[in-house]
Amino acid sequence: MQQKNVLEYIEKTVLEVPDKTAYESFEGETVSLTFRQVYDTARSVGSFLADNGYYGEPVIIFMKRTPRAIATFFGTVYGGCSYVPIDEEMPKMRIDLILSSMNPRLIICESSTKELADGFDFNGDTVLFEDICSTPANDERLADIRSRQIDTDPIYVVYTSGSTGVPKGIAACHRSVIDYIEHLSDVLGFDRDTRFGNQSPFYFDACLKELYPTIKFGAYTAIVPKQLFMFPLKLVEFLNDKEINTVCWVVSALTMISALGAFKKDTPHFLRTVAFGSEVFPIKQFNRWRQALPDARFINLYGPTEATGMSCYYEVNREFEDGDAIPIGRPFDNTDILLLDEDRKVPAGEVGEICIRGTALTLGYYNDPVRTAEVFVQNPLNTHYPELIYRTGDLARYNEYGELVFVSRKDYQIKHMGHRIELGEIEANVNTLDEIYLSCAVYNKQKDRIVLYYTGTIEEGALKDVLTDKVPRYMLPAVFTKLEDMPLTPNGKVDRKKLLEMAN
Amino acid sequence: MDVIIEILKELHPDVDYETNTSLVDDRIIDSFDIISIVAEIDDRLDVQIPAEEIIPDNFNSAAALAALVKKLEDED
Repeated sequence: MQQKNVLEYIEKTVLEVPDKTAYESFEGETVSLTFRQVYDTARSVGSFLADNGYYGEPVIIFMKRTPRAIATFFGTVYGGCSYVPIDEEMPKMRIDLILSSMNPRLIICESSTKELADGFDFNGDTVLFEDICSTPANDERLADIRSRQIDTDPIYVVYTSGSTGVPKGIAACHRSVIDYIEHLSDVLGFDRDTRFGNQSPFYFDACLKELYPTIKFGAYTAIVPKQLFMFPLKLVEFLNDKEINTVCWVVSALTMISALGAFKKDTPHFLRTVAFGSEVFPIKQFNRWRQALPDARFINLYGPTEATGMSCYYEVNREFEDGDAIPIGRPFDNTDILLLDEDRKVPAGEVGEICIRGTALTLGYYNDPVRTAEVFVQNPLNTHYPELIYRTGDLARYNEYGELVFVSRKDYQIKHMGHRIELGEIEANVNTLDEIYLSCAVYNKQKDRIVLYYTGTIEEGALKDVLTDKVPRYMLPAVFTKLEDMPLTPNGKVDRKKLLEMAN
Repeated sequence: MDVIIEILKELHPDVDYETNTSLVDDRIIDSFDIISIVAEIDDRLDVQIPAEEIIPDNFNSAAALAALVKKLEDED
């Protein structure tokens, strides 16, 4: 029978390797949980949720990046709920926006995050992980919940940048996550000996790549301390110390190691699979990685969060030179990519918008049917029955090898430091200030930095301080430039092209 | 030292770099900043910081960074 619930992974694995370490973190104290501990903790959290009437609710998880948070994620699924990870490094205003758009009834935090949680604009219940993690498992209630769950029930909601200034919550279900894990595992060759090095924060859908294959195979995940991503040799030393053989990282985390010269001294020699994505890999840096690890597999992954973060992959099988683009390859099994120009398929070799169909599609945007309907649309090539596709806004074409190659975005969305950013969200936040007349954020691709131009009465340093409290660090422009007059196009719109020239 | 403080001020204008000695430990600077600092020191002072010197102790204060730059200049 086909699997329909992600919890089946851990239930199988806990019987096979109960005492093996599943997840480990090293920030401050070392926190290590075996598969048995993950399973028991998850069932305790699930029982608390079930016993206290939270069944079916989204639950905000505001915990440190440790295995306890991961066990809590699975716990919410046991309780028939969905988890919504938020992080203490998110600005409070962004968290408040998420809370107001979602209106959840419960936050699970831990003693180390409680003080911050108490400051949220939130009227629901707050419980401490420490108070619920030993709740006696209510086997009967959990079995009852399980019998009612279907594979299109949501598992989690993750938030991504939204052009109106309000982040979008993307809800994924069992079916899309199972589809993702099964196909990703095949392509990347995961097994019980896989030792992941986790780089993504938990509120980022990319972390699925380590969380779920770990419980599927009984593998191991080391949660790499964030601070190590500042210090290349220490990071390599960590990867070697933990014998990490698989990473799925954003490109900027990999280029930090190669660009800062770590390979002259040491290499992460246990690595056999280096998957990357979310950004274009500069070829100079990519080739340094290949030279450093000639026997490793390098795999470019592509996929929007709306399609569970997985759509295409390309395993590097030839040489690339400066100026080349590493393809995003071909779709995973059970995913289909259409390249469309509005409602028609583009001719071979021409650029079109990547539109995705298949079971990897998520459920859409939480509490936002309007924005959902804008991008999850009827497949225009199918006039026979209802069938949704997701319009990504990414433009691509097929190259001479029949591989998909990413070309650019259709709109003002960018990829920066591995994060998807709507430049409009930065502007929307700036424009809320009375001291601002006009603002425009542009992205200088060559220097990989966001530049904000504005007119108004506030000084640059002060504006940066204000914006720091409103948007995550990765969205903060590198340069703030106050202008006397904003350049406008003949029809009175901000002249983005001119500003981009200035930024370059 | 002045150039180092200038580079740091561009990243975080409000920090008192004369007295602060825990820029890394207190998470005032992050990985984005380290890459910028290394690139700017290369650009403005023509000093390349090797990977083995990119460690917390060398980035915890403006003085530590200035000492590192001086050491690398002397070695050159």
